[in-house]
Amino acid sequence: MADRFAVNRLPGFTTIAILAFLALYIPIVTLVFFSFNAGKTVMDFNGFSLQWYAVAWGNTTVQEAAWRSVVIAFWATLIATTAATMAALGTTRRRPFKGQTAVYVAINQPLMVPEIVTAVALLIVFAWVKVQTGYQGLGYLILAHAAFCVPFAYLPIRARLEGMDLSLETAAADLYATPWATFRRVTLPLMAPGIVAGAMLAFITSLDDVVITEFVKSAGQDTLPTYMLGQLRRGVTPEVNAISTVLLGLTVVILTAFFLLTRERR
Amino acid sequence: MSRAEEAALLQSDRNGWLLVTPALIVLGLAAILPLLVMLVYSLLTPGDFGNVELIFSWDGWVSILFQRDIFDDTLGLADAHLTIFWRSIWLSVVTTVLAFVIGFPTAWFIATRPPRERSLWLFLVTIPFWTNLLIRTFAILEVIRSEGLINTALMKTGMIQEPIQMLYTDGAVLAGMAYVYLPLMVLPLYAAIDRFDMRMLEAAYDLYASRWGALRRVILPIVSPGIVAGSILVFVPSLGAYVTPRVLGGGKNMMIGNFIELQFGQGRNWPLGASLSMLLLVIVTVALLFYVRAANRGTQTHG
Amino acid sequence: MKQMMTALALVLAGPAFAEGELQLYNWGNYTSPELLEKFEKETGIKVTVTDYDSNDTALAKIEAGGAGFDLVVPSANYVPIWIEKGLVQELDLTKLPNHANIAPKWMDVAYDPGRKYSVPWQWGITGVAVNTSVYGGDISTSAIWLDPPEELKGKINVTPEMNDVVALATMYVGGEPCSEDTEVLKKARDKLMNAKQYWMSMDYGMEDKMATNDVAASVYWNGAMIRARLKNPDVKFALPKEGFVTWMDQVMLLSDAKNVDQAYTFLNFIADPQNAALISNFARYGSGIAGAEDYMDDVMKTAPELQIPADMADKGRFIPTCGPKAQEYVTAIWTELQK
Repeated sequence: MADRFAVNRLPGFTTIAILAFLALYIPIVTLVFFSFNAGKTVMDFNGFSLQWYAVAWGNTTVQEAAWRSVVIAFWATLIATTAATMAALGTTRRRPFKGQTAVYVAINQPLMVPEIVTAVALLIVFAWVKVQTGYQGLGYLILAHAAFCVPFAYLPIRARLEGMDLSLETAAADLYATPWATFRRVTLPLMAPGIVAGAMLAFITSLDDVVITEFVKSAGQDTLPTYMLGQLRRGVTPEVNAISTVLLGLTVVILTAFFLLTRERR
Repeated sequence: MSRAEEAALLQSDRNGWLLVTPALIVLGLAAILPLLVMLVYSLLTPGDFGNVELIFSWDGWVSILFQRDIFDDTLGLADAHLTIFWRSIWLSVVTTVLAFVIGFPTAWFIATRPPRERSLWLFLVTIPFWTNLLIRTFAILEVIRSEGLINTALMKTGMIQEPIQMLYTDGAVLAGMAYVYLPLMVLPLYAAIDRFDMRMLEAAYDLYASRWGALRRVILPIVSPGIVAGSILVFVPSLGAYVTPRVLGGGKNMMIGNFIELQFGQGRNWPLGASLSMLLLVIVTVALLFYVRAANRGTQTHG
Repeated sequence: MKQMMTALALVLAGPAFAEGELQLYNWGNYTSPELLEKFEKETGIKVTVTDYDSNDTALAKIEAGGAGFDLVVPSANYVPIWIEKGLVQELDLTKLPNHANIAPKWMDVAYDPGRKYSVPWQWGITGVAVNTSVYGGDISTSAIWLDPPEELKGKINVTPEMNDVVALATMYVGGEPCSEDTEVLKKARDKLMNAKQYWMSMDYGMEDKMATNDVAASVYWNGAMIRARLKNPDVKFALPKEGFVTWMDQVMLLSDAKNVDQAYTFLNFIADPQNAALISNFARYGSGIAGAEDYMDDVMKTAPELQIPADMADKGRFIPTCGPKAQEYVTAIWTELQK
């Protein structure tokens, strides 16, 4: 054909996408930029300095808060993604079992109610448990985070599953593969982009949570967002920028390593 | 239907229940149970200093629509509640549409890169979101305030004389929310588009479809599960959003999330906060069911 | 798998109960790190500070129980609520030799006569701050935000503090805070609702936003305005002549505190004027401990924001705890305003 055009090009899409990427990064660049601020606040750039990194280095509270955020997010993501993957498998591509709509609503319920409500309610429920059992560890926060992360993991996985073609799995079955083997070697790899997307969303959501954590936390359990929330009233200091930049840098390093490692296998 | 297939279907039902059990346990403990507690609270009386007294009362529900004027004790319509609800719903709809308009091309772009590059682009899209929400919101503030990035750039190049007031406007809240919820739209869309078979598009063009026609009648229907997922993930949380409207909106014009939070704070009316949340839940569930049903009506089911 | 379980167990294990540790529940960005360092060096007790951002959140959390804190720092108008609900315990003054250091004017306060439950942390004033390069007129008046001049319209911020704001508005229309006079309250409400259209926001963070000209005038706290002035000398703080509000935050010992001895050591520590000065230097508010002024830094010693001139002394009202009826009115006005 003389006028072969790229099938997958849609007008304007690339431009919008590139602009979107740029717009996404402007605040991030700003935030990193301000972590090097010689001035005293998150506004008002006054020159280049590493003072806030020094402050953050010495501020064990902020470091612990940041670390705690990551730990909670990790465990919550693990639990939520596993539960969500299983739930997605259980609710798609099969004939709807009785009560499936109710299950669907239940899974997405955390999305539907403002966080403050879940937060206060969890405060009440967990406080009772805390008084009864005396246990005051991170378990409550992890459970609370896992719960609201489930819908964020579930929806992308389900979207992925719904779009998947059953023929590959039927082919595997025809070739005498056991259901478990089919699952492991055909279904799961095909679902992988959805699971990865779901896990990433869950992780991000957990890292970001402010309201529920604020109410459920016990003594000494500030996370990075609640630490910042506490500062909102009296002025936010740029050491939060410094810590975030460090976290960001670490994440980039880890994900790059992960990315490079998985590329080899292809 | 062969015997084997019949048995498989029954097993499938049982498996279905088994598979959703872990999710149900986690959610049951930390999402459903608290909700039931809140339901009970909505039927109690507010305590003098927050919290509730164990006295039954319908006031929590009645005050959604009706309020007593504090001085002459006359019962009137709580039109302010309706205004707040309406403002929030409108804002969430616009945020979702904005997120879609920006997110769909972005997801399409990523999904149509050569396979080896795709992870990199996905990676690039999500990196900004590995910093936490409050910090990002403050960074946005930094960009839009009177002496911030945008105004300084515009003034330096002489395009404007006075700084544009962007902070504390509805536009700021909109931009902030779209920014915050963008990955929630992009990732599900990507997951769905990634599975899209380009040969369908080729077929459409071979049949003389225009690009827009192909988009409307081939692409969108097939990736609609992703659109549904993305829209839900953006619309619903944005309805109850609280931090972004507070930091970027200035607290003068409340969204439903801020208003409910007020009831648990200085408003000292936990039952009203609880009942408003129940109402929000009902509205959202109904909207969700309609939306999902409408979206599924147009799709081809696979397998 | 086993390693993961161990890791999980370690993460889930509650805090080990160390000998010298203390859990302080305080406002965010309100505790001087220098103070805590000095405390740990002198006594070996490690203080962990957990943040809250509102009196109501703190009250709700402690009331629910099981949170594991030892000390909390509520504002004066909430203190009677904490005492009445039995959430805090009476102090054993034999364990607090420095208790006598509390300044006479802060010793017998209406909400805790004789300071049997609390030790002062900091006190401050809620007044009006204006960027004088935008508006040069008289700023010692609540008209700045209730009947604003042209130059300031649309650039005013009002702090989202219910009790402070309603009290200021009530005094502006001639009443007293915690009034139950419906005529006066109606006038206050109408005044507030009318003025709202000229406000830009009801937000915190004015120490930054006034310094950078995002906001031209604000109802705010004196300490924060010291910080704003240090960045932008045009920012001036003033006491409204119709009436202004003073407040105090104090430290109290929770009834279910686990580290009681360490708590007493801390309470005694902060009642020493030198240490109290450290607290004040950090957040820039006044101290309730006698003699602390001598140890404060120069910024504090010369700050006009901390002084109440003699002729204004009777215009100030220490923010009271309103009776239930009055509090209902305040809450109702506030809720209406927030819509």
